[in-house]
Amino acid sequence: MKAKVYITPKAGILDPQGLTIERSLPALGFEGVTNVRVGKYIELDLPDGESAGEAVDEMCHQLLANPIIEDFEFELVPE
Amino acid sequence: MFVSSQTEVTPVRFGVVVFPGSNCDADSYDAVRSFPDTEARYLWHKDTEISDLDCVILPGGFSYGDYLRCGAIARFSPIMKSVKRFADEGGLVIGICNGFQILLEAGMLPGAMHQNEGLKFVCKQVNLKVENNETSFTTGYDQGQLIKVPIAHHEGNYFIDEDGMAQLEANRQVVVRYCDEDGVTTAAANPNGSLGNIAGVCNRDGNVFGLMPHPERVCDEIVGGVDGRSVFESIINAVAK
Repeated sequence: MKAKVYITPKAGILDPQGLTIERSLPALGFEGVTNVRVGKYIELDLPDGESAGEAVDEMCHQLLANPIIEDFEFELVPE
Repeated sequence: MFVSSQTEVTPVRFGVVVFPGSNCDADSYDAVRSFPDTEARYLWHKDTEISDLDCVILPGGFSYGDYLRCGAIARFSPIMKSVKRFADEGGLVIGICNGFQILLEAGMLPGAMHQNEGLKFVCKQVNLKVENNETSFTTGYDQGQLIKVPIAHHEGNYFIDEDGMAQLEANRQVVVRYCDEDGVTTAAANPNGSLGNIAGVCNRDGNVFGLMPHPERVCDEIVGGVDGRSVFESIINAVAK
């Protein structure tokens, strides 16, 4: 089974990268773009099973994300 | 008959942790060895026996290449379990720059670090104000003293939630802040966007201290300053007590 993990800066946390990208987009003619947030995408394979979701959730809490400054979401994709 | 007037002094024992990617370990080692009656040894990240020490230094650098997040991998090093136990038993632990980031990731200090507001690696001399001179790391300074210490980091933007900040302030855990030449904590004097201009914090018990600036780099006139010496002097005095 594959897990796709999306990690983003928590709402309210300043994201300087996102802000810089947001300010650059009008230069290319893309007006009105707001709330650009830059995060991480992590893919991993893990053994199938009922506890796979729980395991990925734990991985996110303990290592993949820093819950103090980051939110995470993930999806499990059967292979 | 010859009578020695010298009394035996028990040396203060420092351990400097070396992770793959540490690069301020030698500076830290030299800084503490420049004081009389000190011993220091390097601790490889796979070591676990540190109970003979008085103080552990987690030095600056780029442990594990800063993979995932700064300090996120180092905290799983075998030695970090020992460092945590050492701190829980009251041992003194100081984390400088990357060492501070590791202490945050390990949950040994509150808060988290993210990218500098300006997105750049900032390497320069900054002014710091000593906000609490009653910790084991700062008794050598006056309360409110201004010192000049260099910083060199890309992820030094300290963050903590509102409740956490209230606790830090209430317990006087903010030890040093970035300030201007007059000691005012202005936005312009904040090199990285840290909340409250925070440059360094300690834990509630006061025996674990982390800071982004590098006191070990200003411990000798030959390198341009000695404002960092009192950090190590304070530790030595705290242990000797």
